[in-house]
Amino acid sequence: MSAGLAIAWAVLGGAFGSHRGRLALSVLAIALGVALGFAVALINEAAIAEFSGGMRSLSGSADLVVRGPRNGFDEALYPRLARDPDIAVASPVVEVDARIAGRDDALRVYGVDAFRAAAVTPALVGTTKDALDLLRPGTVFMSPAAAAWLDVHPGATLRVQSGTHALPLAVAGYVRAESGERFAVMDIAAAQDAFARIGSLSRIDLRLRPGGDAAALRERIVAALPAGLEVATPDDNAALTRRLSRSYRVNLNVLALVALFTGGLLVFSTQALSIVRRRSQFALLRTLGLSRTRLIALLVGEGALVGAAGSLAGLAGGYLLADAVLRVFGADLGAGFFRGVAPDVAFDIRAAAIFAMLGIVAALLGSYLPAREAAAATPAAALKAGDEQHAFARLRSPLPGAVLLTAGAAAAWLPPVGGLPLFGYGAIALLLFGTLLLLPRIAAWVLAAMPRPHAIAPALALEQLRGAPGQAGVSLATTVASVSLMVSMAIMVASFRQSLDDWLLRVLPANVYVRAAAAGDSAYFSVDEQRRLASIDAVARIAFLRTQGIVLEDGQPHVTLLARDLPAADPSAALPLVGTALSLRAGDPPPVYVSEAIVDLYGIRPGARLHLPLDGKQRNFVVAGVWRDYARQQGALVIDRSEYTRITGDATATDAAVWLAPDVTVDEFRRQVDARMPGAARMSIATPGEIRVRSLRIFDRTFAVTYALLAAAIVIGLFGLSSSIGALVLARRREFGMLRHLGLTRRQIAVMLATEGFAVSSIGLAVGLLLGFLMSLILIHVVNRQSFHWGMTLHLPWGSLAALVLALLALALATTVVSARQAMGHDAIRAVKDDW
Amino acid sequence: MAIDRRRFLIAPLALAATVTRGEVVYPQVTAGTALAFPRDHGAHPEFRTEWWYITGWVDDGDGRDFGIQITFFRTRPGVAEDGGSRFTPTQLLFAHAAVADPRAGKLRHDQRAARSGMGLAEAALETTDVRIGDWSLQLAGQKYTANVAARDFAFALTFSARQPILLQGERGFSRKGPRAEQASFYYSRPQLTAAGALTLDDRTLRVNGGAWLDHEWSSAFLAPGTQGWDWIGINFDDGGALMAFRIRANDGSVHGSGGTLRTASGSVRTFEPAAIRFTALRYWRSPRTGIVYPVAFRIEAGSLALALEPLFDDQELDSRASVGTVYWEGAVRALEHGRPIGRGYLELTGYGGALKI
Repeated sequence: MSAGLAIAWAVLGGAFGSHRGRLALSVLAIALGVALGFAVALINEAAIAEFSGGMRSLSGSADLVVRGPRNGFDEALYPRLARDPDIAVASPVVEVDARIAGRDDALRVYGVDAFRAAAVTPALVGTTKDALDLLRPGTVFMSPAAAAWLDVHPGATLRVQSGTHALPLAVAGYVRAESGERFAVMDIAAAQDAFARIGSLSRIDLRLRPGGDAAALRERIVAALPAGLEVATPDDNAALTRRLSRSYRVNLNVLALVALFTGGLLVFSTQALSIVRRRSQFALLRTLGLSRTRLIALLVGEGALVGAAGSLAGLAGGYLLADAVLRVFGADLGAGFFRGVAPDVAFDIRAAAIFAMLGIVAALLGSYLPAREAAAATPAAALKAGDEQHAFARLRSPLPGAVLLTAGAAAAWLPPVGGLPLFGYGAIALLLFGTLLLLPRIAAWVLAAMPRPHAIAPALALEQLRGAPGQAGVSLATTVASVSLMVSMAIMVASFRQSLDDWLLRVLPANVYVRAAAAGDSAYFSVDEQRRLASIDAVARIAFLRTQGIVLEDGQPHVTLLARDLPAADPSAALPLVGTALSLRAGDPPPVYVSEAIVDLYGIRPGARLHLPLDGKQRNFVVAGVWRDYARQQGALVIDRSEYTRITGDATATDAAVWLAPDVTVDEFRRQVDARMPGAARMSIATPGEIRVRSLRIFDRTFAVTYALLAAAIVIGLFGLSSSIGALVLARRREFGMLRHLGLTRRQIAVMLATEGFAVSSIGLAVGLLLGFLMSLILIHVVNRQSFHWGMTLHLPWGSLAALVLALLALALATTVVSARQAMGHDAIRAVKDDW
Repeated sequence: MAIDRRRFLIAPLALAATVTRGEVVYPQVTAGTALAFPRDHGAHPEFRTEWWYITGWVDDGDGRDFGIQITFFRTRPGVAEDGGSRFTPTQLLFAHAAVADPRAGKLRHDQRAARSGMGLAEAALETTDVRIGDWSLQLAGQKYTANVAARDFAFALTFSARQPILLQGERGFSRKGPRAEQASFYYSRPQLTAAGALTLDDRTLRVNGGAWLDHEWSSAFLAPGTQGWDWIGINFDDGGALMAFRIRANDGSVHGSGGTLRTASGSVRTFEPAAIRFTALRYWRSPRTGIVYPVAFRIEAGSLALALEPLFDDQELDSRASVGTVYWEGAVRALEHGRPIGRGYLELTGYGGALKI
């Protein structure tokens, strides 16, 4: 090592030593960002791997899968396919999500023909000593995960619900599935009988003859399929499932990146100020012969060290976090995408490399910008006192910032890419960076417009800021970044929550809602039960609902079809319509009302004709309106129930909305249901209030991770803010010495600093609030709409915004004052002596 | 298919213990019932178990011999008799096919299993017409047609009857043990003329030869404590035929036996249990399962004394991977005083240790 480098190292090492606390903070910030990003990646990876593995094991060696409406399709297709000379094995499957007795949960039950399934999906065949158990009705086999989950093992009885009846099933053994899926298997005939699925299948797994051409066969089968059925490969199905959760996963990743970004910002503020403080030392090094490039390299290396340390700690933390989260919340972080999957976390080297790199890059960038500034200074000038301000003095051209802002505004109008709001995220990033670039200008402009105060201390503060507007740039940047991110998220979440609340009020106009079961699709009200329920004294009016899942387009997930009793006079009155309903003309086909997601995903507009596959045939409907639906992300359709029953012959119902007779309480209604309905104990009876509370709780749980990531970003941002203000004050302690010599009291200096802090924070807050508001508009109308197809109305959470503003101002003031005390603790004479 | 003859014979016992909950009452096989054809060529779905069993020797006219076997089993599991589903497993069908190729030195075999219904697997009542997918056995007039497309072989063969039906036991009532219900309805069709196509490794051979058909049905006929059984069906070169069996108890003693000899002239002799004796001459150990089978026998039936020599030793049918049963079912030559006088099949079951009941 050359002497120059040795000295340089000593200088830098010294810097490390004297800024241990701040350095630790930088490392921590990077670590937090990396940890969050890495944890999110690991959790997703684990969930996807487990889920795909499970799908693979459940689809076995099937080459193709025929699937159709959620409630099944006509089994007549099965013998036709089974006889096809190109198909080696056709395995019929009935799938039911059976509500588990005594729980608000459902267990997937597969009804299979063991003779067929053994050749295609061995994971769906039970193992037992008595092979006849495979055929006995009333006998099931549990997947090990399901048995553990419900603590129902061979020899015990699994109790589920069918219709409104209890159905006890003797557990005869386990299935061979090794993955973590929760399900049970029984004979297909028994399943059809027990769950009222006589004559209907949910899917048919196909294995081709060796050497068969899957693509050709698929084409041939598709051509002859009844309406509403499709042929997919198991890979298609796995991809579909992955796609269902993709928007959510990408959203989490973006939030993790935001945390990482604020971490980088913290490194930037720390480095910027520590470099400014060491300006004269660097100048010394330069005069000693250290080249400009070398100096930059050394400083950037310093940042890289911070980044590397943070990344390493972050990877370890992220792994532990992922492990803990999977244990506590499950794979979908409580969002309900991967039900019944309990994966283990596996260290993913690729994700680790990516996030370690991102962490280091964030730290590198954070130190490169100030390092370049430091190296650009003329050594002779930099050795003199007061030169620090030159570092901040220059104002850049506003052009780049303006360009970024314009680009950001334009990007917000672009459509999603592959179902993801990439341009929406881009727009937010562009707006943020554009604003950061323009900040010094904005600050200068605001400061210039302020009237000069009379008191000496505030006047000094203002002059100080006006004279070196760039000086406050670092703290401004951190303030604006963290405030805008915070505000935008707060507005978005509040808008969503309020919209959901308003929506619930509109979709729940009745007094009581009765569901055949709290979970699953195995429960229903028979026609007789509907009649009985309607005839209860407490009931003034009752409207029934039947849900069904249908495939609108090949390769798309099921959309929910709601067959509802709609008021004949104005069918649309019962729906939370967006815009107005189309008035139907004589001769029009029956109306269907589509949710916003249907509009987004399928490009279907009001007035268009829509074919719905019902009972194996395409039926003509006219899209009469668009309604808002927060419950079904993949889309939902509403048609009149009498129409549905007429077409399908299915007169069962899953839900009932009840308007009570005058002066009848809900409790009285419950009593009468208990007395009149045999299956009352298994039904779920709830008031709109209870449903609202439950829905909002689910909402909060779904957004829990969002809140957590947001909180992390805020904490990092606050650290950055206080660290930058504090460092700024410390850096100017020579100036304080001078001011003391000129006769200013400590108090006056403190007031001056507080004024500076207040002014900078106010500007930062104001810009941050404005930017945050704009970003929230993009989150609401672009990111959320494109990711989840939820339309919502803007609601500003004034209370929390005000609290946020006050908290940040208080923090800024407190930091300034504390730092000022620290700075003035130095002997004034020594401080001035430092200069020469 | 799972289920070999032994398993089917034993299965009723297995179930007798567990299925006494009155899930279903099977009809008994009773002596003195006259069999009527062609109705009794068809299925008897009310009985628990039934099979159509063809074994034979064919050659390609070029000196290459093959043993062939095709069996259709029908069973009424009795656990799900009613229910609105068309999938209700009231009847199950199994099929097992094998080709013994001396050049390969082991069996090629494959199986099918299905619940009957939907036209995919059916056993007709009127005459022999049983099928699982594209595997089938049908009788038209005096000619059986068997079609099998297996993993690594296929055959399309016809079996023409030249002789009258051979009723086993007391005019088709075949005792399997000391108790009255331990019996089956059982008839054979020896000396069938086989002809057709045999496909091995994508090469199709025209083959001809002779074969034997058994059709047997019952609800329960083996006593507890039974280990397995040995069975032979031999077509003599002079036109005669011999069927003999013995049922082995767990302790190695003979639980029951019987046999029928029809001479070339057509006279039939039914043997008492005491008149049948099986003596093992040579053993073979399976390298796959480690099971030791007596693959060569000395058979005494009345005054007749035969030596049985297998076409080759390894004719073990190992279907553990699919259904878990292992037995030996092989083509054998019958020799009298060292001189070949006939060809047929030997079936050895229950040598893989005690049966799991």
